[in-house]
Amino acid sequence: MSAQLEIREVSKAFGGVQAVTRVSLDVPRGEMLSVIGPNGAGKTTLLNMVNGFYHPNSGRIVLDGVDITEHHPSAIATLGVARTFQNIALFRGMTVLDNLMLGRHVHMKAGVLSSFVYWGLAQKEEVAHRKRVEDLIDFLKIQDLRRRPTGSLPYGLQKRVELGRALALDPKILLLDEPMGGMNQEEKEDMARFILDVNEEWGTTIALIEHDMGVVMDISDRVAVLDMGQKIAEGKPDEVRSNPAVIRAYLGEKRDGSAR
Amino acid sequence: MLDWQFSLLLLSNGVLIGLMYALIALGFVLVYKATDAINFAQGEFVMIAGFVVVAFLLSYKAPLWLSVVCGLAAMIAFGFGLERAVLRKLIGRPVIAVVMATIGLAAVLRGIGPLTWGADTKNLALPISDEPFVLGPLFIPPIQIVGAVVSLAFLAGFGWFFLKSRKGIAMRAVADSQQVAMAMGINVERYFALAWAMTGVVSALGGVVWGSLLGVDVHLALVGFKVFPVVILGGLDSIPGAIVGGLIVGIVENVAAGYVDPYVGGGTKDFAPYVLMILALMIRPYGIFGKRIIERI
Repeated sequence: MSAQLEIREVSKAFGGVQAVTRVSLDVPRGEMLSVIGPNGAGKTTLLNMVNGFYHPNSGRIVLDGVDITEHHPSAIATLGVARTFQNIALFRGMTVLDNLMLGRHVHMKAGVLSSFVYWGLAQKEEVAHRKRVEDLIDFLKIQDLRRRPTGSLPYGLQKRVELGRALALDPKILLLDEPMGGMNQEEKEDMARFILDVNEEWGTTIALIEHDMGVVMDISDRVAVLDMGQKIAEGKPDEVRSNPAVIRAYLGEKRDGSAR
Repeated sequence: MLDWQFSLLLLSNGVLIGLMYALIALGFVLVYKATDAINFAQGEFVMIAGFVVVAFLLSYKAPLWLSVVCGLAAMIAFGFGLERAVLRKLIGRPVIAVVMATIGLAAVLRGIGPLTWGADTKNLALPISDEPFVLGPLFIPPIQIVGAVVSLAFLAGFGWFFLKSRKGIAMRAVADSQQVAMAMGINVERYFALAWAMTGVVSALGGVVWGSLLGVDVHLALVGFKVFPVVILGGLDSIPGAIVGGLIVGIVENVAAGYVDPYVGGGTKDFAPYVLMILALMIRPYGIFGKRIIERI
């Protein structure tokens, strides 16, 4: 079976800095893949290439048989790739509801004129999209936050709303950039559960990035490890955990030898 | 005339003129809100719109409504075209590039206007009388009422658009972060084009109301300069700010003209708003309603 997302030998350099070097990764449909690695390993660069923010210097990226290497980010989003950001990138002045509704944008067909007129097509669309968003609000248990401006929410909830906004695209593939970064243990476990539920209930393919090995090891089908822009290991969480190259690269100078 | 009556007259005049400033400032705010570009050619947009409407009205003897519709269409096309031909290529460049492009554009338009349509002042007559309404102590020229009503209608319309409509909210998202908007599947360039087209609409209406108040010639572009105190006072990215800033500038220049001119021999109307602008920049540089930008390092 061919993978839903194929990353073939991609490289990306910024000036003299080689951020990603000939990395290949296949992500089968419905898989929950984690890409881990120390800070500066090239994880976010890889993600940015998949969603089109960067174009690789060499290599190809193929989604469902379509070469998206040179596609524009908005085109890639339309093809079903949604993402979240390492530093929360919600539209802060807007309410939770408006943020989630923006996630429906790719599915909205009403044009400018009809949205000025509002009634008719746009109105009918609005109702359908609103229903989908309400489902997500229930799923993420943020019912009481609908009308709150996102900037006023606590950090963990902002991360959850951002996940919701990405889910509102009804993506085929969800890219999560450090979804648990900066969270306390309880928030991390909540987030891990939501991510697992998305993967299991809707079969959404998920590729997530973390530099913290902890939680992701428990929830991932497969783990790939990047270090200094290169893929140094790939496999089941247990295989990766015991891989000497990973221990060396990942834990580096740590003396006690235990994974955090 | 009693003193309070004189004050009231200056005030009402200031409010009506202020709303007409707000209309032009709205064009500026629309572009800044969506694209972060500062349009130094806003006054020239208004001037060109005035020229186009007058050309249809006088040269082709078209009825007024048709001339206005043609003016609107021309300015929408102009906004779209400008974005596509010039500004899209500047996306991602430093802000100064866009600023220079619009300053250059302003100079070109000030040349093209009189070159194409002649340098004489043309009369853009609306089918309303010149007789002022007399409301107790107030004398209100009908053109100012028309201008104020048109301004309020459009300010309310665009306010609704940004607050409630999906396209407007998407446009705010684009303004907030182009990158994130792209990741949501929003075609950023299309919204840039839309913003410039909307500025075209506002400029066309500004051209009609200001053109009929001042006459249409190259000096019509000068109303664009008043946009700067308006948006600095109100906030570069705020529609309510455009209204409040417009009102303040309108009132201040009229009151200054009424009370200070007799002592200094005139001219205070033209610089009073800028004094206020400089004060505002020192005290509250992001304006009354503007977003306070906090840079995180």
